[in-house]
Amino acid sequence: MSSNESSLPAVQLNSLRRAFGPVVALNDFSLEIAQGELVALLGPSGCGKTTALRALAGLQDLDAGQIVVQGKDITSLRASKRDMGMVFQSYSLFPHMTAQENVEYGLRLRKESRQKVGRAKRAIEMLELVGLDTQAKRFPHQLSGGQQQRVALARALAIAPDVLLLDEPLSALDAKVRSQLRDEIRRIQLELGTTTLFVTHDQEEALGVADRVGVMSEGSLAQIASPAELYERPNSALVAEFVGLTTPLPCEVIDRRAHLLGSSVPVLPGSVTTGPALALLRPESIDLVPDKQSDSIVLTVSFLGSVCRVIVQLPNKTLLTVQAPSDQISTFSPGSGVGFSFREQPVFAKGIPA
Amino acid sequence: MKKLTGITRVWRAVILSIIGFYMLLPIVAMADFSTRAGADGGRNFDSWAAIPSAPGLLESIAVSLQLALLAVIGILVLLVPTMIWVHLRLPLMRRPLEVLCLLPIAIPAIVIVVGIAPIYRWLSQFFGSSPLSLAFVYTILTFPFAYRAVNTSLRSVDVNTLAEAARTLGASWPRTIAGVIIPNIRAGILGACVISIALVLGEFTISSLLNYETMQVVINLLGKREGQISVAVSLAALIFAFVLLVAIPTSGKKQEVG
Repeated sequence: MSSNESSLPAVQLNSLRRAFGPVVALNDFSLEIAQGELVALLGPSGCGKTTALRALAGLQDLDAGQIVVQGKDITSLRASKRDMGMVFQSYSLFPHMTAQENVEYGLRLRKESRQKVGRAKRAIEMLELVGLDTQAKRFPHQLSGGQQQRVALARALAIAPDVLLLDEPLSALDAKVRSQLRDEIRRIQLELGTTTLFVTHDQEEALGVADRVGVMSEGSLAQIASPAELYERPNSALVAEFVGLTTPLPCEVIDRRAHLLGSSVPVLPGSVTTGPALALLRPESIDLVPDKQSDSIVLTVSFLGSVCRVIVQLPNKTLLTVQAPSDQISTFSPGSGVGFSFREQPVFAKGIPA
Repeated sequence: MKKLTGITRVWRAVILSIIGFYMLLPIVAMADFSTRAGADGGRNFDSWAAIPSAPGLLESIAVSLQLALLAVIGILVLLVPTMIWVHLRLPLMRRPLEVLCLLPIAIPAIVIVVGIAPIYRWLSQFFGSSPLSLAFVYTILTFPFAYRAVNTSLRSVDVNTLAEAARTLGASWPRTIAGVIIPNIRAGILGACVISIALVLGEFTISSLLNYETMQVVINLLGKREGQISVAVSLAALIFAFVLLVAIPTSGKKQEVG
């Protein structure tokens, strides 16, 4: 790859627009994906993330906007002429073909790989990559759900696509297979350096594998950033509340600091700058200290392995979720009083809804 | 499968044998009647042997078989591609198409004949009086049954996702339909063909009213003069249709596994 080529974004989606009747699925949606980058689009169902992915695949017509891949405008190109490898949410292997034939299908349609031997070799290589070369001769109905999605991944990657499109490929699988396959997708994606767009409604999935995560809301991007930045520095209440766990607590913002529970913490840009607000607190931004005099009382403690989650009832009956190291679990038994010490970690403060 | 209790099993056997008896009785009676020799209870196969020499019979069988073939071609060329396209690309047209395809079963045969007789007078200018022109109306007559069979298959697989997968892999629409969709609804298509063949081979009303000599029309004529031969042919036709019903889906299945 020349340096010139690598400086060019692999994918540019420019002001995409699409409405289904009164529902606006994409509202001036723009996104750039760098070469070899894995971008995840995260959002609740109906936020337009799948529409964006399908538009890139050519499976969804647009009302307006432009799609540029590797410098070429492909907005009006048919799906079959775009080089996109796609893995679908539902099982999409061709039931009448073996795993190997499925993987070969895309190759068979391409002129440069018409030779049967080369095709079979490539298919086996791809199946090896997903750890299923021993199952090459099996039909989809003889494979488990996770295996089927692996073969689908091998099939999508076999054609060496410009962009790999993952449309919630893990949501039909059970939890253990899901996290395993998620890590495997990332490993393979890094190994091949394939530019990837990954659509999911599961924040753990998105934060776990992506270089950057875009949070979508009502057809456009609310924020796009690295997983850490998205979590630590959300630019809006929507992102703060959608990514990770937050407890809203009334506070008073004075001079870019939120005053609450007898303490104060800095607020993030985009927050309410002055006056009463709701601070969106992360469970790990607060440390608990035993305090017999306190009116704040531990309600429940749940053990999560290395950490435990403590739910504290404040004097005004609000419930606050706090994360504490597991070795402190005996200190905070239900019914005991606790005080708080805040870390100097900025929080997002949103306006109080009228 | 769930293990059946004794009573359920007995009931099942009873019901099956009642239905089996009900269905088989006329067939046994036909076999009995067609092999009778005289009033003294002797048996021979004279009436079966006479089938080839019965006037017009073999010709009419040939006509009916050709009509069945043409109706199948009509289903494969007209109905199946239309249904696939509507299913994939025009979901709003699914209901109208279904209603349209079911119409022939809702309209009595006599009404159909009244309606199409003028069309057939006009058609005869192009096709002469060939009975094969019945293929047009027969193709339409088979739609309700063929539609059901194909529709069930289309719904049992996620054809939309399969089509999208094929297209992202670079397949054009024709390749997607021929290489991915059709192989996965083959059972339904085969079923549609079998039903169409059985329907055409058994059709009497329309061909009789339009004065075409198909197998059933000739059997009916024959029945008035040579009762035994007519019954022998009817039975042979029944067995033929039955063999077809069993053979075609089985051969389809074998290919799928192999």
